[in-house]
Amino acid sequence: MAIEAPLPVLKPTDFASNQDVRWCPGCGDYSILAQMKKVLPTLGVPRENIVFISGIGCSSRFPYYMNTYGMHSIHGRAPAVASGLKTCRPDLQVWVITGDGDGLSIGGNHLMHCIRRNMDLNIVLFNNRIYGLTKGQYSPTSPLGKRTKSSPMGAIDNPLHPLSIAIGCEATFVARSIDTNIKHLADTLKRAAEHQGTAFVEVYQNCNVFNDGAWDYAKDKDTKADTTLELIHGKPMIFGKDRDKGIRLNGMNPEVVELGKGISEDDLLFHDEKSPEPTLAYLLSRMRYEDGFPEPIGVFRAIDAPRYDVAVNDQIDEAIEAKGPGDLEKLFRSGDTWTVE
Amino acid sequence: MSTVASKQVSQLEDATVRFCGDSGDGMQLAGTQLTNTSALAGNDIATFPDFPAEIRAPRGTKAGVSGFQIHFSSTEIFTPGDTVDALVAMNPAALVTNLQDLREGGVLIVNKDAFDKKGLEQAGYTDDPTEDGSLTGKYKFHSIDMTKLTRLAVEEYGLSMKEADRCRNFFAMGLVFWLYDRSMEPTLRFIEAKFGKKPEIAGANTAALKAGYHYGETVEAMNTQYQVAPAKLGPGTYRNIMGNEALAWGLVAAATLSKKRLFLGAYPITPASDILHELAKHKHFNVLTFQAEDEIAAMTATIGAAFAGEMAVTASSGPGIALKGEGLGLAVMTELPMVIVNVQRGGPSTGLPTKTEQADLFQAIFGRNGECPMPVIAARSPGDCFDVAQEAWRIAVRFMTPVMLLTDGYIANGSEPWRVPPLAELTPVEVKHPPGHDPSQANGNGDANGDEFLPYARDERLARPWAIPGTPGLMHRIGGLEKADGTGNVSYDPINHQHMIDTRAKKTALVAEDIPLQELDGADTGDVLVLSWGGPYGACATAVHRMQRAGKAVSHCHLRYLNPFPKNLGEILGNFKTILIPELNLGQLRTLIRAEYLIDAVGLNKVQGKPFSVAEVVEKIESLLG
Ligand code: SF4
Repeated sequence: MAIEAPLPVLKPTDFASNQDVRWCPGCGDYSILAQMKKVLPTLGVPRENIVFISGIGCSSRFPYYMNTYGMHSIHGRAPAVASGLKTCRPDLQVWVITGDGDGLSIGGNHLMHCIRRNMDLNIVLFNNRIYGLTKGQYSPTSPLGKRTKSSPMGAIDNPLHPLSIAIGCEATFVARSIDTNIKHLADTLKRAAEHQGTAFVEVYQNCNVFNDGAWDYAKDKDTKADTTLELIHGKPMIFGKDRDKGIRLNGMNPEVVELGKGISEDDLLFHDEKSPEPTLAYLLSRMRYEDGFPEPIGVFRAIDAPRYDVAVNDQIDEAIEAKGPGDLEKLFRSGDTWTVE
Repeated sequence: MSTVASKQVSQLEDATVRFCGDSGDGMQLAGTQLTNTSALAGNDIATFPDFPAEIRAPRGTKAGVSGFQIHFSSTEIFTPGDTVDALVAMNPAALVTNLQDLREGGVLIVNKDAFDKKGLEQAGYTDDPTEDGSLTGKYKFHSIDMTKLTRLAVEEYGLSMKEADRCRNFFAMGLVFWLYDRSMEPTLRFIEAKFGKKPEIAGANTAALKAGYHYGETVEAMNTQYQVAPAKLGPGTYRNIMGNEALAWGLVAAATLSKKRLFLGAYPITPASDILHELAKHKHFNVLTFQAEDEIAAMTATIGAAFAGEMAVTASSGPGIALKGEGLGLAVMTELPMVIVNVQRGGPSTGLPTKTEQADLFQAIFGRNGECPMPVIAARSPGDCFDVAQEAWRIAVRFMTPVMLLTDGYIANGSEPWRVPPLAELTPVEVKHPPGHDPSQANGNGDANGDEFLPYARDERLARPWAIPGTPGLMHRIGGLEKADGTGNVSYDPINHQHMIDTRAKKTALVAEDIPLQELDGADTGDVLVLSWGGPYGACATAVHRMQRAGKAVSHCHLRYLNPFPKNLGEILGNFKTILIPELNLGQLRTLIRAEYLIDAVGLNKVQGKPFSVAEVVEKIESLLG
């Protein structure tokens, strides 16, 4: 199958399939698709070695729009489909596209186990805090009190926070970005692709039809500098339009402080995405706008750890080393046999 | 093998022995060892391990009774036997739950030491049956202090009381080995292999085995030894094989011969887990076992593996297959080849996990949303699992379809002699993937000629091409939404939907053109045709042979292919006055046969977690003959 030829230089349009994109006009998904098409040509991976696997939901239409291999599977199961694929074919670059309902509700179990196995998969969760495809029910990330068709008096389910879950499963790469923050999004996707192991990326995505403005605080150009915090490895956590605010640790808890007035950069929390302990990343994942914190974006955690897709194939090599390649004749005659003349 | 001169030796055509005791008494091991030594003695064998209904039942209770029945014979046999010739009961609960199967005049051996007040109470005995004379006249009754004798035999190995008592099953084995003039050698080899690293345990088990054997040899009350001559099996090398093991080996063989790696996606479930265990042992055959987080993931990971281009298999039992239902729909829609194994157990819901049943046939054929056809085939015996596994893969590849393979708990855990097939007898399944094209030559979708690649183009069997990721130029997207014919793009067009549903149905129906014609055992016309599938094969074959020997116009037809049926089945059925369908369900095949052929078939149906006895089938046939 391997055909030796110099890799052609690909453009974003080379990754577009011939299918019309059918998201609602103005949907945040368009921007994520555009950034993906921009990033893929920079990775040096031939199109035929890239596979997109999705579940069900608006975001899960994604594979149809990519001129790569793809499967639009069933609700919540994309991580499992991708796991089977990647176990057999560690040579492929496999992306899992999911949403807050698909990944955290019906597919929560698969997501959790997929992350803990740490196969080299890239999971992108489009978080719009609503069920879009089924026309507007509250999702597992909808805030308490959210009024929707299925929660006319307000949602009473305590929401899940995707990154807290990923970190709880000891994900080796955890990041967050925002659909409209295109440069940041592209950089984040690229880093996810380059990570060896399961990369989990949450993207704040606007569903302008059923949950318009859910992330406005983090996207609005007037407020975003105060409501988000861009994480940079080894750097102090500073934010604000005037870069005059920071995050300091007070005991076990983070707090927002103003720089100056006796507080210097050295007093702030420094980001360490390579920390072997997930504690810092978890703490960051719990900083919420509604609690008066800026919400971190960027890479929370990026560590090296053994990969299932490598280990499972290594075991085959080890077994062959120890027992020799499988020999049917030998297998059939193993143990006690007798012969009838 | 020498016997003490005063003992009689009696030649038998066949014998059925059952060990029963508490689940902690090692009865399965005792049965397996007797099976091995009998197989090596050249007998035909059939076994029936009967696991306790409750895995963790309190010691000494009826719910915790575990049994292992073995039928060994100098002639060809198909069942583990209806009644028992020799019963070994290690405690009162085992005696009370098993005695009814021992024939009058049979050999009854009990461990007297277990018949204490508590043991008798747990079994519901008010009087001690070993002492009230009720057993003595009716059976060749031997009440033996097995616990004491075993402790004495292993004394020198310095084991704790608990450890010493664990050797008791070896004493019982030794005694039965003497009774049927069986060699101890295979068991001695087993002890060495299993306990070699713990010399005191190995020594104690050996001592207990020999003590049991010598007890039979020397104690006067054991006055008869039985011999069962080797069976006249066809020439070849044989081994004993269990159903789940044969199935796993069949999968390994199919993968190896078709030059594929084998991927098993599985979640532990009784009675299918042994397939996962067995395959996990054979990684050097390029076997990838993926123990998934649940049945759904096992199924969908299997779909991922099929997409990847490997031989993809998932194995489970009814409740697990229920969870896989949505994934099976995706497998049908994506038209990827894979094998789904259902080792059936008693249902519905959690049902009877350790007991056998055949009530998942409807589930196999219909258990999905939408018109969702899939070929279904079934194994008939432990050894047959080997062949059926390969056949499932052959159909899957040739028709690009998931194939459902049914076995059941009875087949999965039962064993029989299996002729080791010479490799030349095995037919490799040829797998083709469409070749890619040089990416520098063209840009965009296209095959080697630069034409647009059509993932849902079809060959003469209506199978689509199996283009796998990594192939340049054949990039395509598949999924669960309805496909446009040819391109595979999403299509909501009504006419296309009708066309695709018709095509998937037709493709499944075309499998009938690719499988052997149905064979018949007996004359092709007559009064009664017994039509069976799956595990009841043995009981039906034996019953029909018995009727044929008595001059009755009875024939037997055993189905391997359940969807679609073989092309000539209707014709066969039309030539008999009555069609009898024995099934361990309420009549699922019967319903299908009635619907398909408008034939008013008669059922013999039982759902007791147990296989049919030959007598049950014979009785039913006789009642139909009038
Ligand atoms: S419903 Fe919302 S998420 Fe779905 S495509 Fe429309 S805007 Fe996007």
